Amino acid sequence: MKVSLKWLEQYVDIALSPAELADKLTMAGTEVKGWEVIGGDWENVVVGQILAINPHPNADRLTLPTVDLGTEQQTVVCGAPNLKVGDKVAFARVGARLIDGHSGKAIKLEPAKIRGVASTGMVCSEKELGISDSHQGIMVLAAEAQVGTPLADFMGDVIFDLDVTPNRPDCLSVIGIAREVAALTGQKVRLPDISYDETGAPIERQISIDITAPDLCPRYSASLITGVKIAPSPHWLQQRLLAGGMRPINNVVDVTNFVMLEYGEPLHAFDYNHVKGQKIIVRRAEEGEVLVTLDGAKRPLSPDMLVIADSERAVAVAGVMGGADSEMTGQTTAIVLEAANFNPASIYHTGSRLNLTSEARMRFERGISPELTIPALRRATKLIIELADGKAAKGIVDVYPGKREPEPILLSKGELKRLLGVEFSLEQIKTALISLGFDCQAAKWASEVKAIAPYWRSDISLVEDLIEEVARVIGYDRIPVTMPGGEVPRQNPAPIIGFKQEVRRDLAGYGFYEVITYSLTSLDLMNKLLPQPHPLEPEPLRVLRPMSTEQEYLRPSLRANLLAALEANRRHEEGGIRLFELGRVYVRRPNDLPDEPEMLCGLLAGPRFGESWHGGDEPIDFFDAKGVVEGLLNHLGVEADFKPADDESLNPAKQAAIVVGGKKLGVVGELHHKVAEAFDLSEKAYLFELNLTELLPFTMEHKLFQPISRFPAVVRDIALVVDAGVTHHQVTDIITGFPLVTRVALFDLYTGGKLPAGKKSLAYRITFQSPSKTLTDEAANQVQKKIIDKLSKELGATLRG
Amino acid sequence: MLKQLKELKSSALKELEAVSQAKDLEAWRVRYLGKKSQLTNILRGLAKLPIEERKQVGALANQIKSGLEENLEQKSQLLKQAKIAAVGEGIDITLPGRPFPTGRLHPLTQTVTEICDIFVSMGFQVVEGPEVEWDYYNFEALNITRHHPARDSMATLWVDAESENGQRNMLLRTHTTAVDTRVMEQMPPPIRVVMPGKVYRYEASDVTHVPMFHQIDGLAVDKNITMADLKGTLYEFARRFFGEDRKVRFRCDYFPFVEPGVEMAIECLVCGGTGCRLCGNSGWIEVLGAGMTHPRVLERSGIDPREYTSFAFGMGIDRLPMLRYGIDDIRLLYGSDLRFLRQF
Repeated sequence: MKVSLKWLEQYVDIALSPAELADKLTMAGTEVKGWEVIGGDWENVVVGQILAINPHPNADRLTLPTVDLGTEQQTVVCGAPNLKVGDKVAFARVGARLIDGHSGKAIKLEPAKIRGVASTGMVCSEKELGISDSHQGIMVLAAEAQVGTPLADFMGDVIFDLDVTPNRPDCLSVIGIAREVAALTGQKVRLPDISYDETGAPIERQISIDITAPDLCPRYSASLITGVKIAPSPHWLQQRLLAGGMRPINNVVDVTNFVMLEYGEPLHAFDYNHVKGQKIIVRRAEEGEVLVTLDGAKRPLSPDMLVIADSERAVAVAGVMGGADSEMTGQTTAIVLEAANFNPASIYHTGSRLNLTSEARMRFERGISPELTIPALRRATKLIIELADGKAAKGIVDVYPGKREPEPILLSKGELKRLLGVEFSLEQIKTALISLGFDCQAAKWASEVKAIAPYWRSDISLVEDLIEEVARVIGYDRIPVTMPGGEVPRQNPAPIIGFKQEVRRDLAGYGFYEVITYSLTSLDLMNKLLPQPHPLEPEPLRVLRPMSTEQEYLRPSLRANLLAALEANRRHEEGGIRLFELGRVYVRRPNDLPDEPEMLCGLLAGPRFGESWHGGDEPIDFFDAKGVVEGLLNHLGVEADFKPADDESLNPAKQAAIVVGGKKLGVVGELHHKVAEAFDLSEKAYLFELNLTELLPFTMEHKLFQPISRFPAVVRDIALVVDAGVTHHQVTDIITGFPLVTRVALFDLYTGGKLPAGKKSLAYRITFQSPSKTLTDEAANQVQKKIIDKLSKELGATLRG
Repeated sequence: MLKQLKELKSSALKELEAVSQAKDLEAWRVRYLGKKSQLTNILRGLAKLPIEERKQVGALANQIKSGLEENLEQKSQLLKQAKIAAVGEGIDITLPGRPFPTGRLHPLTQTVTEICDIFVSMGFQVVEGPEVEWDYYNFEALNITRHHPARDSMATLWVDAESENGQRNMLLRTHTTAVDTRVMEQMPPPIRVVMPGKVYRYEASDVTHVPMFHQIDGLAVDKNITMADLKGTLYEFARRFFGEDRKVRFRCDYFPFVEPGVEMAIECLVCGGTGCRLCGNSGWIEVLGAGMTHPRVLERSGIDPREYTSFAFGMGIDRLPMLRYGIDDIRLLYGSDLRFLRQF
């Protein structure tokens, strides 16, 4: 909200600089986002009045106005066409700092000779004074400007830009801010005079009010003013509205807006002659009812919305916007002035359903006090009588079904200390509360106070609310700095948290860069993972109103985004790329929140080591990806089997399921060429994926120390020839099944050459060792022979010659 | 004496030039820099000289000594290299080593870890909650009713799924404060937890906005937790994360789930408090919202506010690496660009 310092000063004395005031308000909860000084540079600029305008002897387009400055008169050269004798203008004396109307640069006014006539000063445009960009003509001041006074005194101001928090609708008003300033600076608030003569006929005879939905309208107050003359409002009123960011319309409407900015109570003026049946009914809208609002739009209404109606039809959407039918016009002579209070939830609901925002809605939906209606109504009625020549009816109609007595809240010193950790005296507490308008009464105990919130503070209902009030007035900086005492709570962190961190660090150590991509993705991107299109199963979760199709679905896997990241990086990266993401995916569950397993996905592509004088820039292959998975699992102490798999996004011939404890927990493989093409990759890329949530329990198994054998080991190499279809895993399964075998390592794999077609050679180094004695050659030979026998019997293996 | 020194220097350098073997080099060292060398003698005898001469001679002798030492070291390196080259085993040790791929953790991961470590050292435990949440935990339980204006400031992404009662009240959590109630429902006090994670808003991407970002919330519940403890905890965090000298401001602010409410700001990292574009000329940068947990929030989670008090705080994480490294576009954090990721 924008608040003018000059306006504020009408209600409270302010001795602080703008910066000091801003700091006080900000620290106490109403943030001042900034302020603009109007007229800070207007030294040597005063109000003048044009006495005469003579032609310039040497130039048709220039004139020589004579300006009365109170103490003296000056004649200057002027190029503007809009001057009239009698106009009040801003006159800059020599030395004034102005903005050049043509170049826009700051200048200092010097005496000049223009076309042979000396000019020591000038009459200014808005642009020259830095008020606006208008350089069309000279700025004409309002008639009430006093000749000779500095312009800064007449028009200068500071406009504060405030960020009012949603709990403080009372601060959406100048008086509300004045109350804050008064409390924070030890001043008193001066409220405007709201008394006026009620010279018209009694109001009851002219209008009646009926609230049929008291749950949505706790209070409705109205006054009636006849004989009004609609006209533009005076300069000072227009200035106030402009400073508050509102557009002046006419004297009556401007008064309602002015009082809304002043008191925070939205008001509405109806043309009395358009209110049928002399009756105002506050009711729910009827099914199918339509209202054309002030902005000209046709609004379909529904029974959960509140309307203001006359005996025939709705004339306004309550608290949100008025109807076009009953709007003020130039012909209006009598008005009904409404000051009401509406249910905040209902206003919020109606406003958002109709997609209507307004200053009124903003205030009502934050919950302003129903007690505000009368002072605001009286203030506005008084101003309308003064500014539009009206006559107020005798009395006010006030229907108040929602009246509630304010509840006193008991606050003790102890309670305040319990929450804030600092002790304030009861005197300090009371002083703070009283400064904010609270009524403080003695309570049963001397350490307590009974406080009743002032009517405008609809946000106060609990003792905690009172404690905040005390703390913010005394100052948060008076609260000491301590550390929580007492017992340190037991730490039982979920193991997944540390586990994720360990996996991340491992992968970074293996040369992978971590990426974080959006959890929301597009159907298009997910479909790129499918070589054959088909509907996704299970269907990924969708966002109800997505911002775009790019971010429509909750990702069911990390793959699509990671591949998109590879694709994007490939546009500028030559060498090997290793990326991983660790994050959640979302799996639909019936009638419940989705499952959110923590997944790891990695991608590798390009040369293994990159260009180097050492060579070694062969491309990454399947075994690089598998090696990363093996290294990671090994470090985590998990044994995995790699089994044939059928992941559709991967090359059917080059992929393996990662199986731990009989459970498939992931996959590793080469990207399917069609998927690679879909992501614009012209190279082979390798992917691995692991479900960390499911892997975690396997990493937590209890480890048992294996004694280290003191006895020497015997090492034997054997070279086998087997059918090409026999796997390494089948061979090692047999070998490790024998006693004394402590280690088996494949050191050669060979096909072709002298080997018959369909055969391959596998060479293993087997380590034999006994935990209890020195192994003889003979003992090793025996086991080795049994191994070869079994390999030959079960796998048809022969020894290579 | 000065002349004598100059002569000594030129003869020493001349002889050094001629040295071609390591053992000759040692002999040269003993001769010119050893304990019994002329130079050492001169330096030892300085005390006996008149003050004026002592100054001049001392300065020159020391200068010559360090010069000769430097020359000796250079000559020694040359001889070593020549020796290796002579055997044919020399390598150019300046050639690059065999490349080993390097990887890095994402700057946000690094930041979250750093923050968690600080709070863990203060007795807090890291807890995570679901990213897809019920309206209840994200809003209702935190006093943000269906018509609360605070909902407008947290534009929500709703999930297209029905709950058991047929309502569409599933959403992407808009803040990690959604985890508060879950923690209090499950853990008996005393509680001290921090809750990092991803949060979501219906927001178009630009330099300062993305639809998904990171937050961390904190919560402490105990019999004697006070606002002074909140201040102490957050000041300690700020001291360790932002540095010893960074000024901190604690002001009143409003959040529906705390009372009293607090906003903490730090002195601007760019202008140091004088006002600049980054801090909107205020000199301060808001880093977190906090306060004493609202009694209704405690009650709803089954904690008696007459017995226990509690503080809570919540902070956006993405801004922290942005401030620290001067990153000017938040989208870079989620762009997966290696040219960006390599820098942290």
